[in-house]
Amino acid sequence: MSQHIKLKKGFNINLAGKPQKVVAESERPETFAIKPTDFLGVIRPKVAVREGDIVKAGTPVFFDKKMNQVMYSAPVSGEVVEIVRGQKRKLLEIKILADQEIEYEKFQEYSASELAGMSREQAQESMLRSGVWPQLIQRPYGIVANPEDTPKAIFISTFDTHPLAPDYDVLLKNQASYFEAGVEILKKFTLGKVNLGVNADAEVSPVFSNAKGTQVTKFSGPHPAGNVGVHIHHVDPIGKGDLIWTIDPYGVVQIGKLFLKGIYDASKIIALTGSEVKEPKYYHTFIGGCIDKLVNGQIKQDHVRYISGNVLTGEKISEKGYLGFYHHQITVIPEGDQYEFLGWLKPTTSKLSFHRALGLFSYLNPKKEFVLTTNTQGEERAFVQTGVFEKVTPMDIFPLFLIKAILAEDYDGMEELGIYEVIEEDLALCEFIDVSKHDIQAILREGINLIKAT
Amino acid sequence: MKAIRDILDKQKPLFEKGGKFEKYYYLWEANETFLFTPNETTHSKGAQVRDALNLKRLMITVVIAMIPCLLFGIYNVGHMHFLATGGVATFGEKVLLGATVVLPIVLVAYVAGGLVEVAFSFIRRHPINEGFLVTGMLIPLILPPTIPLWQVALASVFAIVIAKEVFGGTGMNVLNVAMTARAFLYFAYPSDMSGDVWYYMGDQQYADGFTGATALGIAAEASITEGTQNVVSTLAATDGGLFTFWNMFMGFIPGSIGETSTLMALIGALILIVTGVGSWKIIVSVFAGALGLGYILSLAGANEFMMMPAHYHWVMGGLAFGAVFMATDPVSAAHTESGKWVYGALIGIITVIIRVLNPAYPEGIMLAVLFMNVFAPLIDHVVVQSNKKRRLQRATV
Repeated sequence: MSQHIKLKKGFNINLAGKPQKVVAESERPETFAIKPTDFLGVIRPKVAVREGDIVKAGTPVFFDKKMNQVMYSAPVSGEVVEIVRGQKRKLLEIKILADQEIEYEKFQEYSASELAGMSREQAQESMLRSGVWPQLIQRPYGIVANPEDTPKAIFISTFDTHPLAPDYDVLLKNQASYFEAGVEILKKFTLGKVNLGVNADAEVSPVFSNAKGTQVTKFSGPHPAGNVGVHIHHVDPIGKGDLIWTIDPYGVVQIGKLFLKGIYDASKIIALTGSEVKEPKYYHTFIGGCIDKLVNGQIKQDHVRYISGNVLTGEKISEKGYLGFYHHQITVIPEGDQYEFLGWLKPTTSKLSFHRALGLFSYLNPKKEFVLTTNTQGEERAFVQTGVFEKVTPMDIFPLFLIKAILAEDYDGMEELGIYEVIEEDLALCEFIDVSKHDIQAILREGINLIKAT
Repeated sequence: MKAIRDILDKQKPLFEKGGKFEKYYYLWEANETFLFTPNETTHSKGAQVRDALNLKRLMITVVIAMIPCLLFGIYNVGHMHFLATGGVATFGEKVLLGATVVLPIVLVAYVAGGLVEVAFSFIRRHPINEGFLVTGMLIPLILPPTIPLWQVALASVFAIVIAKEVFGGTGMNVLNVAMTARAFLYFAYPSDMSGDVWYYMGDQQYADGFTGATALGIAAEASITEGTQNVVSTLAATDGGLFTFWNMFMGFIPGSIGETSTLMALIGALILIVTGVGSWKIIVSVFAGALGLGYILSLAGANEFMMMPAHYHWVMGGLAFGAVFMATDPVSAAHTESGKWVYGALIGIITVIIRVLNPAYPEGIMLAVLFMNVFAPLIDHVVVQSNKKRRLQRATV
């Protein structure tokens, strides 16, 4: 009998542009890019290829000098066409021009029955070399897991409650056997349990229901009920000195494929969503794919923002930008760089608000799908309102005090107030609802970096 | 709209860095953002969309919630004038008289406070704070109608400089700004803040037999004079049956401009609670704290004031107004949700203690709010500390 945790705190941002559950075909992108900036905790990336080199899917393209066992691999085969660097020669992108037919690096192949008997070292070796390892994220800090650690548990969230989030049923259709194999491998890495957080409000997808030897916990409630950080907090909280790994179901499937098929398969299904997309649907692509072919002819107007990921935690990219390593969706919303006459005073039903202050009527119509722009809706100010961050954070944490401790660089305060338990996505809603318009997620990351450095 | 925007866009470079009027940028910014919400967009990483609420809208919601109190206050100043002088007047005449007394006070508070805000925005190079929208309205509502205008100006300046700007402006203050203004006047110019100040008389005299007392004054008298009769009947008998429970609830009694009507404060409370801008926990717990101690005192019953029914505390003096608009100030109140219960309840309790058990001050809400403002961080500290302890308990090292 699995535990059922009902969460009341949180807020669903109901946006227009939900994807239909159809996987459509789109032309394959010509170029792909691996962005070292996608991987938190990578401090000194070292490029392993040169412009002009020919790579296969699964060939390492860079690694971190600080943790040099972990390889970051090419998602497709082709030619390395450009290594983009920014200020101070910071490595930004490694671009690959893809072959028509993908060639794969060959890794050891196993049958499903052999997996259980495999040692951790054996499994780890393939995972590190092939490029699937960065799918494993360590908590605290939300950085790429260190292969030398043994976490007290591994957590997998099997649903996503972010705005316009894609459905894992669609993303991982017919991949149940790979998921099962992936979980089998993951069990070797922890002395504790492999935890699955499932959505209590929906039927459990067949992709996840067959995985053996896992501890299943059901969660229901508004966003962030699907966040793995929330699951950890309620099932097996992190204190100082604890270590937990998390991985999203796509990563588990990738691990399964590595062992059952012997290849690094970076193909994935992503959702093209958002109010400015003509027909929001799912599409086949690969990790790091350029979005130009995908969005071509699909967008209603010119003045839009392309976001890799969702509107709460995603990252702005250009219309020729590349899909982030961990992202399963592209969101397209209107750019909001317009002035609005008396915008702070006018009553409105078209702007979404968690609050109900003067003239904000969105709460009267909770089912309505809103079109939100990127406008900040106000200027940055000192913190004034209290008690609201707690309403959207279903954890026993005081986000406002934590943020203030970070701003004051109070190390003890940060530790005691729970900085080990949260990463950006867990406080993203606080950033959304903040009346004083602070960049809560950026502040949190600064705090995490401070704590990590001690 | 576009025409106004065009004018603004044309002038903007003058105020931006390197422009002729660079120093006045924040004054410009205040006006510009008042007219138009800015065209700023979210950063490339993190939340790409933001909630529609901003600080301006939050603050204006509080101002709207105070408008019933202001309007009733205007009427009541006129009403009390004619009642005390024994004159007869129509509704319109009462409102007109009230407006000529009250509106200058409001205007002076806004202008004086506004100038301080602007001056500090130049000196400290920070934006002009929206909190001033609320303070400028709160200060007049807690002053007696007879207050000299120069004192309003002085109090506004004192409160904004000492209670707010020295701490860094809105969001940083320790004490409630408006209550500081009132406390300043209370101690600096006591003769203008207590005693015979609650009726606006103009150049007229009290009608025969009219005492000019306030409800709390009468009740306080009952606690020190032996052999007085029941407070409730004394109240109802004074000044032609002025202080019945119903009259006090509605607000047809003398007092500070906006404080007399419990009903109007409750309408304000409703607006604040429905909009989520004010904490219902604080409002409820202030009322509960006052009722609780009032009830215990009435059981003890050492004198007539103590034996007064506890619910009278709700409608006398400024308790309702203070509970709704002063105690709920999010910056100076407790910040934690469980702390808010303690904070509010103690305000209610201390108010009654000062009223009933302290012979020096007939009204207690002002000192109670200021006192608890100082203790709010301590309450939060205890709450946060218990959270930290829970977290530590499950630590493995």
